[in-house]
Amino acid sequence: MAKIRGAIVVDTERCKGCELCMYNCPTQTIGMEHKVNSKGYHYAYMENPEACIGCTNCAVVCPDGVITVYKKKFEQ
Amino acid sequence: MDINEIIKEENLVYRKSAVLNDKVFNFCPGCGHGVVQKLIAEVVEEMNIESEVIGVGSVGCSVLVYEFMELDVVSAAHGRAAAVATGIKRVMPDKYVFSLQGDGDLAAIGTSESIHACNRGENITMIFINNGIYGMTGGQMAPTSLHGMKTATSPYGRNEAMGHPIRMSDVVAQLEGTYYVTRQAVHTPAMVRKAKKALRQAFENQKLNKGLSFVEFVTNCNSGWKLSPIKANQWLDQHMLPFYPLGDIKTEGVIVTKDK
Repeated sequence: MAKIRGAIVVDTERCKGCELCMYNCPTQTIGMEHKVNSKGYHYAYMENPEACIGCTNCAVVCPDGVITVYKKKFEQ
Repeated sequence: MDINEIIKEENLVYRKSAVLNDKVFNFCPGCGHGVVQKLIAEVVEEMNIESEVIGVGSVGCSVLVYEFMELDVVSAAHGRAAAVATGIKRVMPDKYVFSLQGDGDLAAIGTSESIHACNRGENITMIFINNGIYGMTGGQMAPTSLHGMKTATSPYGRNEAMGHPIRMSDVVAQLEGTYYVTRQAVHTPAMVRKAKKALRQAFENQKLNKGLSFVEFVTNCNSGWKLSPIKANQWLDQHMLPFYPLGDIKTEGVIVTKDK
């Protein structure tokens, strides 16, 4: 069976740490980084990269357009 | 499995629209204004009309629309975005003209311009962001503030003496000049996807030359409401949406009757 894996890239300098991506992620992939960016916001990152399915929910709901989403189908 | 195997150009499924530039939005974290501006950029990019769009910004949090988009945008005086958009559209009927206004602009100081533009059936797209508060000036009561809503100028909650919240979309839907009136929200992924379709419809209606398209977005104002972004969205779900129900109010010039 083919397995779908996704990955996100966060533009950490644009991120304002509103946590909406984390809240709307169906697979609990996203967490907030302990470190802060130059404006002092805790930015989003992939806490469980294995769980990402590339559904784009986080990127769609992000008010600042910081998330880029990639998705690939792997044949097993 | 290496993550770099997935992060490749051919696997790209979502990126920030190219119509948006690299400037960081100056909105508060979690603000719905950002999503709406992102949607406008995406719709313009998908329709491939970047060089044919003229936007009209207003006064309020939506004032800096010209900063973030690679589009031609005019800033109108407070409340007068619909009047300025009317002028632009009448001089250049081939261009796509949209106005972006908040509730303080469209539903308070600019009610007259907005209603008359709708009544004249100008062939423009009006985008209305309703967060029930004057966000930019510090969270004062707006005409759209709900009953009992605490704001800076109604600290004990809006009461009867302060009037009732106005449902602008329902008001303009009654006017014969409007062709498409819809109310959307942008606080969950499903609603954002739905809202994008409605916004695209509103832009495409300009080709038909049949009247004004009015899109209302019910959004949060977490700074004004004094809540965290996630809590503000939950509050929006519980309090705003029952008063401002989502969905199309008028399509193809006919008011949608809801079956109960």
